[in-house]
Amino acid sequence: MSSDTLGCGAPEQSAPIPVTVDLGKETVITGVVRAGDEPVAGAYVRLLDASGEFTAEVVTSPLGQFRFFAAPGTWTLRALSRSGNGDATVAADRGINEVLLPVAAA
Amino acid sequence: MDEDTSAYDTGHIPGAVKIDWKQDLQDPVRRDFVNKSQFEALLSERGIGNDDTVILYGGNNNWFAAYAYWYFKLYGHGDVKLLDGGRKRWELDNRPLVKDPANRERTSYSAQEQDRSIRAFRDDVLAAIGVQNLVDVRSPDEFAGRLLAPAHLPQEQAQRAGHIPTAISVPWSKAANEDGTFKSNDELASIYGAAGLDESKDTIAYCRIGERSSHTWFVLRELLGKDNVKNYDGSWTEYGSLVGVPVALGDEPGQA
Repeated sequence: MSSDTLGCGAPEQSAPIPVTVDLGKETVITGVVRAGDEPVAGAYVRLLDASGEFTAEVVTSPLGQFRFFAAPGTWTLRALSRSGNGDATVAADRGINEVLLPVAAA
Repeated sequence: MDEDTSAYDTGHIPGAVKIDWKQDLQDPVRRDFVNKSQFEALLSERGIGNDDTVILYGGNNNWFAAYAYWYFKLYGHGDVKLLDGGRKRWELDNRPLVKDPANRERTSYSAQEQDRSIRAFRDDVLAAIGVQNLVDVRSPDEFAGRLLAPAHLPQEQAQRAGHIPTAISVPWSKAANEDGTFKSNDELASIYGAAGLDESKDTIAYCRIGERSSHTWFVLRELLGKDNVKNYDGSWTEYGSLVGVPVALGDEPGQA
């Protein structure tokens, strides 16, 4: 299936990275949203660029996972969930960049 | 009505019927969306009548619900609304979701011919360069050509990177709060004014495949009440694949 027909909707977040994806070229930002020790399913995670502008948003998998395909640079992650909200920043390079994203009620 | 390709089955607003953007609203063969008779067949089968009030909502900050809204308007449905904040605000508010599908009695829906005043094709877009407002609603990195797709998707694509020359960059997300609800009309008016939208000119909005630009089309046409706003549903996946058309790179609109 081509990327055209995939649309712009976020894919299911716990699916394996498609084999057609070249990790030598992609900058993958991935991690788990947690409230305390518990993963948070169904959290809304946004990727914001260095100026704070929205770049993408996904919903976490049943295990709290999220994944973005970005570019090298500094990014902010912002999570909203019924368990609370949270932020994290990451200086990402090509390959897999793992981020912890804790949320807590305000 | 829940517009989402998978979320409906895991929980939807009580009474909502499902419309799947890929299966139901796109032509299975050509690159186009459903034609008039396909749209009539879909709505009849889902039990939607011509006089019904249709309330659309979906995931992804209502992008696809806004796209569906644009289809409903294109085919002349009278009373259609978008649920502010969509599925996200509903979930964050802990409102009820059910798993049992809603069953509505079949109708005999009759659509109108497409309203071409709200749809732009590639020739309209080429003629608009340097003449009309072109609004690129993708993220700044996609506009500049640093990314080819939204950052939740892999980046390798057939198209060239960049934007249509003279387009202003107003990411769709400027129009929404982080919970997915729309900003106030005063805030919206000042956002597009500050970005350089010329009130005296017609406007074409585009993104990558036309759904984020439906969100902006909704803001400009339905919330701010501007006339002559079109959505270019071919968007970057078409324009960025055309041979011989001008493309601008970088953060500035560029020259005609």
